[in-house]
Amino acid sequence: MRTDGDQRMTNDALVVNVRDHVFKLANGETLQAIDKVSFSLPANSFTCIVGPSGCGKTTVLRMILGLDTHYQGEVDLLREGPVSAVFQEPRLLPWRTVEQNIRLVLPKARQDESLEELFDVLGLSEMRSLYPNQLSLGLARRASLARAFVLEPQLLILDEPFVSLDEATAERLRQLLLTLWQSRPTTVLMVTHDITEAAALADTVLVFSKRPASIVGSVDIQTPRDQRGATELNNIRQSIAALTIEE
Amino acid sequence: MRSHLNKAGVVVASLFVFVVIWALIANHLNDNALPTPLAVWEAVLVEYQSGELFQHLGMTLLRVFAAFVVAMTIGSAIGIWMGMHVLSNRIVDPWLILLLNIPALVIIVLSYIWFGLNEAAAVGAVALNKIPNVVITLREGARSLAPEYSEMAKVYQFGFFKRLRHVVLPQLQPFFAAATRSGISLIWKIVLIVELLGRSNGVGFQIHLYFQLFDVATILAYTLAFVVVMLVVEYGILQPLDKHANRWRSAHDQ
Repeated sequence: MRTDGDQRMTNDALVVNVRDHVFKLANGETLQAIDKVSFSLPANSFTCIVGPSGCGKTTVLRMILGLDTHYQGEVDLLREGPVSAVFQEPRLLPWRTVEQNIRLVLPKARQDESLEELFDVLGLSEMRSLYPNQLSLGLARRASLARAFVLEPQLLILDEPFVSLDEATAERLRQLLLTLWQSRPTTVLMVTHDITEAAALADTVLVFSKRPASIVGSVDIQTPRDQRGATELNNIRQSIAALTIEE
Repeated sequence: MRSHLNKAGVVVASLFVFVVIWALIANHLNDNALPTPLAVWEAVLVEYQSGELFQHLGMTLLRVFAAFVVAMTIGSAIGIWMGMHVLSNRIVDPWLILLLNIPALVIIVLSYIWFGLNEAAAVGAVALNKIPNVVITLREGARSLAPEYSEMAKVYQFGFFKRLRHVVLPQLQPFFAAATRSGISLIWKIVLIVELLGRSNGVGFQIHLYFQLFDVATILAYTLAFVVVMLVVEYGILQPLDKHANRWRSAHDQ
């Protein structure tokens, strides 16, 4: 992982080089959310961003998604292809069924495709004709993941996708995410407040400072995911925590 | 099904009580100014047999429909635009308040004077009376659009029509329903005035005619016949449409 953002390797899928993001508050005062954040993501890598709450993690994701433009610098998507996002709330359209919600993001040419396999993997086959208000939060999150993966995106942005779930459900969803990602490789950037989650899922963990955000360091994880036992996870967690404390 | 029948039973019983009270008072007064329900029913039959009833009802219904379509189209476009753009709202808002406070009668009279005693002036005047209400309702709707769905649509690169159909219009549906309900009832009342002042057919024209003849039974016959038409529109078209649009809301009850 390089965090300088200046040299572009052909292997990169995303280069982010942003600074000076300023929020205007309702009372006219301004608040600087981002100081300087530069990093690049190799194609098909899985990167997590961790950091104190309110430090600007979500803001960086919104910049990458084009939802926030109040900043200096640039965000470069180096690969052709769609970008998908899984937000903190599932953001399914309540007036469309699960299947309609998922098909809606597909281009016309792909409308007739069978989604059988995707529904099967996510355990949504029985739910396809239900409306989102008939789903539990866990199931709605699965539908939201299905919508993100069906597009076969070149970049997948995840903003705390497993927050407010009980641990068992969150763990099941993490495994589903990994299964989907391994069968449909894409570059993943995920924000989480859960260091253990980051340690279990990521190739690289970027650690953000408190507001105004900058990157205090990154942890590259070499151990394959299936070999990350309790001790290994603990070591990774300590490396991440060390960066947070140094700051 | 049973609760459905019970509800219908309550409606029928309530209407029956109304007719009985009306009959009792009319019989007691025994005055031409308040004919009995039976006399009104006979007037309906007379107008029906002469062919006048459907001809005039039809004309009024056509004008209501035309004015409704014009008012909803123009009013919702302006309302959504104002709800989404602060500056356009600031510029157009004073005009809106002005238009809201001009009495319907003034708009109708001016419309006939400026554009002549023709159908376009009649329908235009009615629509113009209704447009400000539609604008205000749909402006509130546009203001309440949830940004999280717009953001989702932006990330997934929905085109204009996809966004409109799947993201924007479903959120505005309750506001369209409210504007439609209040719209049709207001429009049909104004259409009668337009017909009374400057048309030679329609329910308004007939009511004016029978007013001069002091034939209250026929006036009530036309009024009730049109109310029945509006009830058919409400229960036969509007409510089923509403139910269809809101099927997702009640899904968790099933």
